[in-house]
Amino acid sequence: MQAFHYEKASDVSGAVNSASVAGVKFVAGGTTLIDLMKLNVEQPTGLLDINHLPLDQIEKTTDGGLKIGAMVRNSDLAHNADVQQQYAVLSQALLSGASPQLRNMATTGGNLLQRTRCYYFRDTNYACNKRQPGSGCAAIDGFNRIHAILGTSEHCIATHPSDMCVAMTALEAVIHIQGSRGERTVPINEFYFVPGNTPQRENVLASGELITYVTLPPLAKGTSSDYLKRRDRASYEFALASAAVVALVQGGRIERIRVAFGGVGTKPWRSLEAEHVLEKHEPSEKNFRAAAEAALRGARPLHNNAFKVELAKRTLIRALKIATSNA
Amino acid sequence: MSDSVIGQPITRIDGRMKVTGRAKYGVDYYFDGLVYGVGVASTIANGRIRAIDRAEAEKMPGVLAILHHGNFEHLYHPANQFEDQSRPGESRPPFEDDRIYYYGQFVALVIGETFEQAQAAASHVHVDYDAKPPQVRLEKAAQPTGKPAAEQARGDAESAFQQAPVKLDVTYVTPIETHNPMEMHATIAVWDKGQQKFTLYESSQGIVNHRNVASQVLGVPMESVEVISRFIGSGFGCKLFPWPHSWLAAAGARHTGRPVKVSVPRTLMFTTVGHRPTIEQHVCLGATQDGKLLATINEVRQETSLVDAYLEDCVDPTSMLYSSPNVKGTQREIQMNVGTPTPMRGPGRTPALFALESAMDELAVKLNLDPLEIRLRNYAEKDEGADKPWSSKHLREAYQIGAERFGWKQRNPKVGSMRKGDEILGWGMGTMTWPGHRQNAEVRVRLLADGTARASCATQDIGTGTYTVFAEVVSDRTGIPVDKIDVVLGDTALPPGPTSGGSFTTATVIPAIYQATDKAVEAVLKAAVKHEAFSGADPKSLKMTQGRVHQQDKLPSSGVAFQEILQSQKLVGLDGQAKTGPTDEMKKYSIHSFGAHFCEVAWDPEILRLRVSRWLSVVDGGRMINAKTARNQILGAIVMGIGMGMFEETVYDTRTGHPINNNFADYLVAVNADVPELDCIFLDYPDPVINEYGARGIGEIGLTGCASALTMATYHATGVRIRELPIRIEKLMAGLEKTA
Repeated sequence: MQAFHYEKASDVSGAVNSASVAGVKFVAGGTTLIDLMKLNVEQPTGLLDINHLPLDQIEKTTDGGLKIGAMVRNSDLAHNADVQQQYAVLSQALLSGASPQLRNMATTGGNLLQRTRCYYFRDTNYACNKRQPGSGCAAIDGFNRIHAILGTSEHCIATHPSDMCVAMTALEAVIHIQGSRGERTVPINEFYFVPGNTPQRENVLASGELITYVTLPPLAKGTSSDYLKRRDRASYEFALASAAVVALVQGGRIERIRVAFGGVGTKPWRSLEAEHVLEKHEPSEKNFRAAAEAALRGARPLHNNAFKVELAKRTLIRALKIATSNA
Repeated sequence: MSDSVIGQPITRIDGRMKVTGRAKYGVDYYFDGLVYGVGVASTIANGRIRAIDRAEAEKMPGVLAILHHGNFEHLYHPANQFEDQSRPGESRPPFEDDRIYYYGQFVALVIGETFEQAQAAASHVHVDYDAKPPQVRLEKAAQPTGKPAAEQARGDAESAFQQAPVKLDVTYVTPIETHNPMEMHATIAVWDKGQQKFTLYESSQGIVNHRNVASQVLGVPMESVEVISRFIGSGFGCKLFPWPHSWLAAAGARHTGRPVKVSVPRTLMFTTVGHRPTIEQHVCLGATQDGKLLATINEVRQETSLVDAYLEDCVDPTSMLYSSPNVKGTQREIQMNVGTPTPMRGPGRTPALFALESAMDELAVKLNLDPLEIRLRNYAEKDEGADKPWSSKHLREAYQIGAERFGWKQRNPKVGSMRKGDEILGWGMGTMTWPGHRQNAEVRVRLLADGTARASCATQDIGTGTYTVFAEVVSDRTGIPVDKIDVVLGDTALPPGPTSGGSFTTATVIPAIYQATDKAVEAVLKAAVKHEAFSGADPKSLKMTQGRVHQQDKLPSSGVAFQEILQSQKLVGLDGQAKTGPTDEMKKYSIHSFGAHFCEVAWDPEILRLRVSRWLSVVDGGRMINAKTARNQILGAIVMGIGMGMFEETVYDTRTGHPINNNFADYLVAVNADVPELDCIFLDYPDPVINEYGARGIGEIGLTGCASALTMATYHATGVRIRELPIRIEKLMAGLEKTA
């Protein structure tokens, strides 16, 4: 770790102004950033502590949705009664991630900006286009069991590791961003970039911009959901494959469905292909299988992660079964 | 004595200190002037250092010294067996030359005023290498020749196998595993220039051995090194023998004249402090149609480092576990670009039993026999390898009790036939074994005038409960309550004691504590005849029970508390000291513990999810000294066994030789959610040979046989036989595709 300046932000506009300086980063829970600083992967010259900003509330919105402050801790969000009742998939996803200690620290905004667990990104002795643009990708020919099969490029195959974001993608969350020139909102599915040939650019945030809130739109009455995460052990491990399903089944037909994957994509992976196969059709094993096939059609498996293709399909099929039978 | 504490569930006497933070571990000491050493480790696994550029780092704030092979003081190679205990983890002293043998080898040490300064500077030491491709796999092509490192033979196994009516010929592989104790390795070295003496604060499973090796490596007399390790946050074997960081701290202290702390970060816990080597076992079993073994063959290839020939004997169990007229075992080593391997809980027998027990199960499947039945048909009534009777063996009873309690009779042998809800159940079982040993130990016991006792020895408590064993034995022999007994361990200034390893610590220290306590009591009885209550009595007519001296034919209540005797004669206390070691009687027997595991897995085929759902172990481990800590050892070993079976593997990038899952998020061990309710039963038959209480030690046995029980259960549920650990989703998937 290298020496850095430390400052506490007292209000949002002040924070946004101070953080526009090159080399300065916001720190919230610190569960990713401090870790990466210890590895010299992140070497900020200054940290701006936003833990005291008044962004730690969960409120109902007038349209019946939910407004979640960026500083709401993952534990608090997971155990919030409104989340548990209306957005169970989000609570499930949060509780399947990390450990209680980490969830007590990690924040909503921080989780959205979680960095990849790619071994080669986290070790400065390897080439990594995400860490050092143009240096190459050590993972493509390396040990890539945990890496992505969807949205990859020849420059990067790192997964986005979050569980929360997968559920939020299926819930069509909207991210509220404060910059020095004002506020803007971005739907979560447009927030992240696939790596392409610029894997260092992970999302739409410009320098100094701060995530302030996430809003969840209301769900139609009768909507049900499920988050299923597959990994080697039962807890404290990132997903090898996970699926979030939010579905409204009416009269034996899937009226509306949102599908997202974790652990297999370079970003929280919304599958419009699966949704297209399922929407307006009956919830059947055959249709679920067809949706899974459609979702993984574009998969590009590598030496060690080919099993993720089938694992993701089976994970989705089970999540679809659970979500549509809950209705 | 019916109210003896021996065998009772006694809470660790040091437990409160540990949970309240008063127990001092290696890094918890502080000395005026303490400075910090941070290692720079190699980022290649094979080659040479071309240049070390330290110019930038040297200018950084707080930097006191940057040591490396170009400017480092001369250290010595430890001689083998120059003392009773003298074994290094890695025999090459650090910074000996410019050669790199493995990734994560120390190439420089930055000493700074603060940890932060040393660490910041360490990342600015630039090392230029001549790198060659590393070998970090047991390559098929690498066929070692020459004399095997270990051998076993009886009869003519090759011909017997060829002629056997039933043959099994299979290969099993266990991967490199890393110990990963919670507390990382660390050394604080204090150099007293005036006295010319080192004091090393360590996290060590063997302080006497550490002191002996230090004296050789650092080139100072033995009395010029004191090693202190009061509390240890576990070790699993990686703290048995000293590793290079200890010599770096000591040399750094001598160089700077300041106390130096060197703490090994988690990433280097995967490279410089040992690991369980990867082992390939080619097992051939020949049997009759009834499942009686005719030939047992195990050809073993194991990895070792380029600097040490570490042997992990897998052929000895091949020879002793089952009755077989013809046995052949050969074990050879292959050098790889990895740090020196070292014993990890249950070395040798744990990988050996994965292979042998799996093979026995495969043979049972072949013959349509129950896995338990095939074991009973090949039950070894004596140690056929050593040709000696067992000192005590109740394995048959362990199988029977386990089978009954687990409900083994209800097992339908057909693959995938047992269900619970939507899940398929698989049942597995297996044998466990571990030898009973005794080493030398010297113990001092003092009975004190304040009514307490003090027992001391230069052994250490790895966390298993050795402190409490000492207190229990003293209490048993004197009647002084356990909480009035002060136990002092973990300092080489005390009388020498054994390493905490091989599951032999308890068996080793019992006779010395027992005899030392009796001598102290004898001294008190001699003093008692000067007390008015016993004036003129023969000391031999007296005894001490419940902490009171009394006439042998009278009740303790009629006597006098021992402290009153001491007080009356103005004595602070009276001592007993005893030195004990293995006996000739022990040589006549094969001394082993045994036991049986029974387990259940739940398999959800649709989502390819396998979970352990039930576990029972029955242990024939001699007499238990402490029911609570004994149970803790077995349950802990099962947790580790679940890890070994399902998750654990150190993965190397084959291009760099770097263990890339070198942290607790990526190196998977079992977490609570992976562990079902575990149960264990102790048969508690005292071993008549090993020591006064018949206790053999149980630190390791629980891990042996776990992984094969799990792969047996996995096969029963899925039809897929995993011969290469760990069981992983992709291996099950590949196996299912093959069987479909």
